[in-house]
Amino acid sequence: MNLSVHAKSPTVVVVDYGMGNLRSAQKGLEKAGVKAVITSDPAAVQSADAVVLPGVGAFQDCMANLAEAGLVAPVMGAIEQGKPFLGICLGMQLLMTISEEFGVHRGLDIIPGRVVRFDPDTRLKVPHMGWNRVHYSGDSRLFEGIEDGSFFYFVHSYYVAPEDGSVVCGWTDYGERFCSAIARDNLFATQFHPEKSHNHGLKVLQNFGRIVSECS
Amino acid sequence: MSPGKDELARRIIPCLDVTEGRVVKGVQFVDLIDAGDPVEVAAAYNEQGADEVTFLDITASSDKREIILDVVRRTAETVFIPLTVGGGVRNLENIRDLLKAGADKVSINTAAVDRPEFVSEASKRFGSQCIVVAIDAKRTSGPDGSLAWEVYIHGGRTPTGIDVVQWAARMEEYGAGEFMLTSMDKDGTKDGYDIELTRTISDTVNIPIIASGGVGTLHHMYEGFVDGGASAVLAASIFHFKEYTVGEAKEYLQSRGVPMRL
Repeated sequence: MNLSVHAKSPTVVVVDYGMGNLRSAQKGLEKAGVKAVITSDPAAVQSADAVVLPGVGAFQDCMANLAEAGLVAPVMGAIEQGKPFLGICLGMQLLMTISEEFGVHRGLDIIPGRVVRFDPDTRLKVPHMGWNRVHYSGDSRLFEGIEDGSFFYFVHSYYVAPEDGSVVCGWTDYGERFCSAIARDNLFATQFHPEKSHNHGLKVLQNFGRIVSECS
Repeated sequence: MSPGKDELARRIIPCLDVTEGRVVKGVQFVDLIDAGDPVEVAAAYNEQGADEVTFLDITASSDKREIILDVVRRTAETVFIPLTVGGGVRNLENIRDLLKAGADKVSINTAAVDRPEFVSEASKRFGSQCIVVAIDAKRTSGPDGSLAWEVYIHGGRTPTGIDVVQWAARMEEYGAGEFMLTSMDKDGTKDGYDIELTRTISDTVNIPIIASGGVGTLHHMYEGFVDGGASAVLAASIFHFKEYTVGEAKEYLQSRGVPMRL
């Protein structure tokens, strides 16, 4: 008989709404020591201790799929309850009020702000695709143990412009200076893909995992 | 937001030809248990600092797609950098299966020429960021005798009569996220990339270009980036046969002013 008492390990869900490579996000979390389950079940998201919202593709499709799957309320609920949340790429952009991708579309409006396209006048290639530096500002819990200005993997044509600059915890230069990471209480989001950013990315996921265990 | 500089690193992408789940011709790394296993080779390049890895599946039979999916699944468990898979991508279901297995991008070649709308359907459904259009280009003369390039398909065996510059512009319009531009003239020569081709396409379109075909020295990579305007360079034998490591290539390029992720 095993008499040792195990603390129940927190449940981290990776929200599956039909967009993108979820397997890498799950495996990246696993590699960083965070057990995560992929789910499209609203009830599972509702009862989770922490939520990871990945996403690639078009903003409008992502919002539509999220709504169709009945996942908007559970995701919003998790954030409102202060559960640790990590939005990745489009999962970050969805937090904004509106997006200007292919017309104007409403987002979740959790962080007041807009999603805008890189200025074509910079004559730089769009999508912004590849490894770029993230410089930290403000809340640096997500980047603990990673040198300032380290490289992370990006692939996107739009970026977030939050109204309140104090939520920006990382910024990146690509012809213009844009917000590449957000932190507000237990809400985190990155424009880059930590699950594709080698050791630095895995460290970000590990840091998120630590925040999750501290909260659980 | 406020103006900023361009800090985006240029990318180095080792490419593995894979058939029926095995690396074609193998690679020469001393420390690998199985140099024919694409998963193990991809992991080795990941450790060397490769910015992405590309698998080109040249398995002849299309009923063996499950094999490459298994390779992709196993790679995604150990390699946490972007993975592109090309070869035999013919329909939306092929793309969905590859992305679900853990690929980040797919490259489309022959199927795009057969039916260009496939590229727009794919980019609408999965996003431009994961749709790489591979173009095999061969030198020819334009109507006025000027230098031009023709699109080839079926692994470079079949000419199409399509002009590469026009094709690239059309594919960008259809939602391609990136071009993998291979020079048929240079491929296998170790003479360097076709810089005129790379520069011409880079100046024509606004999406990133991966230069491919002909790299034999680290200076060729430098030319691909600086003279050709490539965002990334693809290389195979130069790394597989241990002439250089990815790390050595990056040190060389960084010291000559090409921004690298070191």
